[in-house]
Amino acid sequence: MAKQYETVIGLEVHVELATKTKIFCGCSTEFGGAPNTHTCPVCTGMPGSLPVLNKQVLEYAMAVGLATNCSISRYSKFDRKNYFYPDNPQNYQISQLYLPICRDGYIEIETLSGSKKVRIHEIHMEEDAGKLIHDEWEDCTLVDYNRSGVPLIEIVSEPDMRTAEEVTAYLEKLRLIIQYLGASDCKLQEGSMRADVNLSVREIGAAEFGTRTEMKNLNSFKAITRAIEGERERQIELIEEGKTVTQETRRWDDNKEYSYSMRSKEDAQDYRYFPDPDLVPIMISEEWIEGIRQNQPELRTEKMKRYREEYDIPEYDIDIITGTKKMADLFEETTKICGLPKKVSNWLMVETLRLLKEKDMDADQITFSSRNLAKLIELTEKKVINSSVAKEVFELIFTEDIDPEQYIEEKGLKTVSDEGELRKVVQEIVEGNPQSVEDYRNGKEKAIGFLIGQTMKAMKGKANPEIITSMLKEML
Amino acid sequence: MQITDISAVELSRKIKAGEIKVLDAAKAVLEKIDALEGQINSFVTLDREALLKKAEELQIKIDKGECNGPLAGVPIAIKDNICTQGMLTTCSSKILHNFIPEFSAQAVIDLEKAGALIIGKTNMDEFAMGSTTETSAYKVTKNPWNTDHVPGGSSGGSAAAVAAGECFAALGSDTGGSIRQPASFCGVVGMKPTYGTISRYGLIAYGSSLDQIGPITKNVEDCATMLELISTYDEKDSTSMDRVAHGYATDFTSALVEDVKGFRIGIPKDYIGEGVDPQVRDSILKAAKALEEKGAIVEEFELGLVEYAVPAYYVIASAEASSNLSRFDGIKYGYRTEDYSGLHNMYKKTRSEGFGPEVKRRIMLGSFVLSSGFYDAYYLKALKTKALIKQAFTDSFKKYDMILGPTAPTTAPRIGESLQDPIKMYLSDIFTISVNLAGLPAISVPCGLDEKGLPIGVQMIADSFEEKKLIQAAYTYEKIRGSFPTIQKGE
Amino acid sequence: MSELINDEVIEYVGILAKLELSEEEKEQAKKDMNRMLDYIDKLNELDVTGVEPMSHVFPVTNVFREDIITNADSRDRILANAPAQKEGCFKVPRTVE
Ligand SMILES: [Mg+2]
Ligand SMILES: [Zn+2]
Repeated sequence: MAKQYETVIGLEVHVELATKTKIFCGCSTEFGGAPNTHTCPVCTGMPGSLPVLNKQVLEYAMAVGLATNCSISRYSKFDRKNYFYPDNPQNYQISQLYLPICRDGYIEIETLSGSKKVRIHEIHMEEDAGKLIHDEWEDCTLVDYNRSGVPLIEIVSEPDMRTAEEVTAYLEKLRLIIQYLGASDCKLQEGSMRADVNLSVREIGAAEFGTRTEMKNLNSFKAITRAIEGERERQIELIEEGKTVTQETRRWDDNKEYSYSMRSKEDAQDYRYFPDPDLVPIMISEEWIEGIRQNQPELRTEKMKRYREEYDIPEYDIDIITGTKKMADLFEETTKICGLPKKVSNWLMVETLRLLKEKDMDADQITFSSRNLAKLIELTEKKVINSSVAKEVFELIFTEDIDPEQYIEEKGLKTVSDEGELRKVVQEIVEGNPQSVEDYRNGKEKAIGFLIGQTMKAMKGKANPEIITSMLKEML
Repeated sequence: MQITDISAVELSRKIKAGEIKVLDAAKAVLEKIDALEGQINSFVTLDREALLKKAEELQIKIDKGECNGPLAGVPIAIKDNICTQGMLTTCSSKILHNFIPEFSAQAVIDLEKAGALIIGKTNMDEFAMGSTTETSAYKVTKNPWNTDHVPGGSSGGSAAAVAAGECFAALGSDTGGSIRQPASFCGVVGMKPTYGTISRYGLIAYGSSLDQIGPITKNVEDCATMLELISTYDEKDSTSMDRVAHGYATDFTSALVEDVKGFRIGIPKDYIGEGVDPQVRDSILKAAKALEEKGAIVEEFELGLVEYAVPAYYVIASAEASSNLSRFDGIKYGYRTEDYSGLHNMYKKTRSEGFGPEVKRRIMLGSFVLSSGFYDAYYLKALKTKALIKQAFTDSFKKYDMILGPTAPTTAPRIGESLQDPIKMYLSDIFTISVNLAGLPAISVPCGLDEKGLPIGVQMIADSFEEKKLIQAAYTYEKIRGSFPTIQKGE
Repeated sequence: MSELINDEVIEYVGILAKLELSEEEKEQAKKDMNRMLDYIDKLNELDVTGVEPMSHVFPVTNVFREDIITNADSRDRILANAPAQKEGCFKVPRTVE
C-alpha cells in the first residue's frame, strides 16, 4: 500500500495597517498615486535621515494581538534585517526579531471537520518595501518607493494547519478579526494582506516534521489552495524518489501552477539582525494594554449576539451579514437611517448577494453607500416606486451608487397613484380587449392577469398593481 | 591683529556693533584660505560666490535688527558628513562624490538661525573612519602647526581650518574621538556632548549609537556658545534627548565662570601610564596642577577596563557601519559604476569602486561579526562590555566631578605613519573611545606644545548631562593657561 | 594568529556586504581581519555573565510621532540625485530574468 502523507503548514501573514501615514515618516499611505509622490528622505533611505515610530502602528499591533489572544510584550524593540534589494532603499528592513510586540496567541477556526485552535507564535511590526516595475521596452526595472515604509504587521503562526481548508479558514478568521478592529482592510487582491506558506510533509504518524519550504507570492485564496496542493505533491514526489527536500524559499507561479526556487548565489539568507540604534525601545504599561482592550471595537461574536437581541432578523442572515465587516457596517448604517432592519437585511441577503455572485466579487469590494440603499428602501415603503422598479434601480446603486430619488425623478419612474389618470388608462384597456373582458366575465379568472399586464405595459411599469386590480374588478 | 585672530563670539559682537562688516569677515576668511589651503587642504567644498552673496544678505538682516544671534555673521565650516541643503556633502568618499542633500542637518539649521555664515565643507576620513584624515578620497589634510604631520581625524579638516584661521569655528562629529583628537592635535577646543544632546538628523551615520555632532572652536567661550545653539531637542531624531524637559541644563554659557574650588578631579592611572608620551603626560599633569592650585581636589585612581574599550568599539562601530553604509548602492544617489551586468554585479562594482580600503575593511569586519553564528561571540559580547564600561564611569562619578587625562597618547604623528598599522591607529583613540561607548560629554583643551612644537590637548570627561562642569573647568583652566600660541603662517 | 577568516569567509562576507575584492585586497583583508579578531578576542578575558547587553546608553523609551501626514509630493527633489531615472522612478538593472 502506498504511504500516507500529512501536510504540515504554518503561515506568515503580512497585513498592511490602515494608518494615514507610514510607519517611520509623515508620508501618506494612500494607495495609487504617481510613482514616488508619497516619499521623503526617510522612506527613500536618504543619507542622514532618521526614523520615528508612528504610535498608531503600535496601537493597531497591540489591538490585533489582544484580539488573537496574544500576550503583549511589556518591552519591545526594533531590529534591522540586512539584505540588498532595490525595493528596500536602506538595504535593511526595520523589523522585529528579538523582542516582538506580541507573542503566544491563538485563534479558533471552524472547518467541516470541526473547530480547531491555530496557535500564533508572534506578531511583529515592520516596514513594507517599494514596488518594482519591470520595464516593457527596456531591459531595466523601475523602483517606486510609495509603498516603502507602509506599516505592516507580520503574524507568524505555529505549524498547526494540515489542509488547505484549514489555511483558508485561518486566513478568513484572521481577516475578519483585523477588519473588525479597523486595523486593516485586508484585501488580498490589492496586497494589503499577503501570506507566505511554510509547508512540509511527513508520513502520517511520524513524530518529526519534514524539511519545510517557504512559498511567497500568494495573493488569493485560490492561489494559496493551489500552491499548497502543488507543493505537497512536489515534496511527496521527491521523498518517494528517495530525494530530499531542500529548505528554501520558493516563488509560486499561479499560471504554471508550480513553485520555483528563489535561491541564488547572491542571496546568502544571513540577515545579520541587530537592534536598530536609531529607534528606542517601547515600554508598555498594564494601563496602556487595558486602555486598548477597553477601546477594542465589537468583534463578531458580540455583534451576532447584539443582532439577535436588537433586530428581528433570521439567524442565517445574521451569520452572513456579520461574516464580513463591510456587510455588517452597511447593515447597521442603513438600518440607522431607515429604521427597517428586516428590509435592509433582505436587500443585502437577496439582491446584493445575487449581484456579488453574478459579478464574481467579494463583499469587501462593495462600493455603494448606505445612504442610497436607505433611500431606496424608503421609496419602496412609501410606494413611490414598486418592487420591480426598485430592483432595477438597485442594480444601478450597486454598480454606480446613484441617488435613487434623483434617478427616478429624472427618468419619471414614480408609481402613478393619480386615480383619475390610471382610471382613464384602465378604461382604454377594457375597451380595447373585449375578448379578455368576455372571458373574465365568463368565469376565466386568469383573464384579468392579461388585462393587468396590458395596463402595466401602458403605464411603463410605473403603476401600483394592487390599485389596477381593484379598478379592473370594479369596472368589470 | 587680523580679523581672523579674534574669536567667533567676539567677531559677532563687533559685527553687531557695526565695527566689522560680515563681508569683511567673509573676505578675511577667504584670504586666509587662499594663503593656506595649498598647504593644508582643510576644505573639500567651498563656494566663494555664494559665500559673498550670503554675507551681504546677512549684513542687511543684521542691520535691520532681524538677526542678532550670538554667532550672527560668523563664518563657520561644516564637516563633510553633515548634510547642507544644496551644498555637496560627500563624507569625503567617492561613493557620494556628487551628492547634494535636499535638507540640512538640524545642527546646521540651528546655526543658520543664529546668523552663522556657512562657508563650506571640511575634509575628513572617509565616512569618519580613521584618526588622521588620510583616508579621505580627495585629499590629505595637513596639520597647520607642521604640515609633515596629520591634523588627526576624522574631523581633521574642521580642526585644521579652525587652527589655521580659515574659519572662526566648525562642526565636527565624534564617534570614537573624532572631534577631540584632531582638536588636540591642532591646538583648538573640541567638544563631544552627551549622546542625544545634538540631533543626529542630517548627520550621515557611521556608528549610530556612538555618533554625536559637536563644536570645534578657538576657545571655550566659543565652544559653549556654539553648543548652546545646537543643543535643541529634535523630534526627527528618536535618540534626541529633550534635556530641558528632563531637567538637564543647556544654558552652557552660564558656566563660563572662573572657579574650580572644591571640584573633585580624578586622573585614571591608565591614562598617564605606559604608552603615553612623557611630554604629553607632563603637560597633562601640569594642567591638573594648575587646577589644583585654583582649589580643585586632584587625585589618581583606577578607572579599570581601559584596554577593553577599543576592541568593544570596533565591534559595535563596524557592525553598525556595515548596516548604515549598505544604503550606498548606486541606485538613489551618488556613484554608480560605469559597466555592469545585472543587479548584483552593479552593487558589487559600485561599492568596491566607491569605497576606500579603510571603509571596506570596517564593512567587512562589521558584516562578519553580525553574521550567523558569530553574533553572540562578538556583537553581544561587545554590548555587554559597553555596559561594564558605562558602569565603571558611573562608579567613578560618584567620587569625582570630572575625569582628566590626555586626549591622545601622543601628539600628531607624521603623515603616512599610522596607515601602515591599523591597530596602532586604532589605539591612538584609546582615551577618547570609552567616552562614546558610555555616551558621556568630554572636551579637549590645548594645554601645551611638545618639543616639535606640536600641540597637546587635555581631555576632561564628566558624567552624562554635566557639560556645564566641563565648561566651567575648561574655562577656568584656559584663563590660568593664558593665550595659546597661534600659528604664524600665511602672514 | 586567528585563522577564522579564510578565502571562503572572505567570499561569503563579500556576498553579504556586496563588496568584491581584488586578489590582492582579499589577501590583505584576510590578514587585517584575522589580526583585528585576535585583538577583539581580548574581550574574552572579561567575565560578562549576568551582564545585560547595552544597545542604548540611556534608558529612553517610547518616542513616537502622531499619525498625521506632514509630507507633500517632493518627488523631484527625491529623484534629483539618482544616477538613473525613468518615468518618475529610480532605474536599476532588471531584477528578474
Ligand atoms: Mg517579515
Ligand atoms: Zn516618507
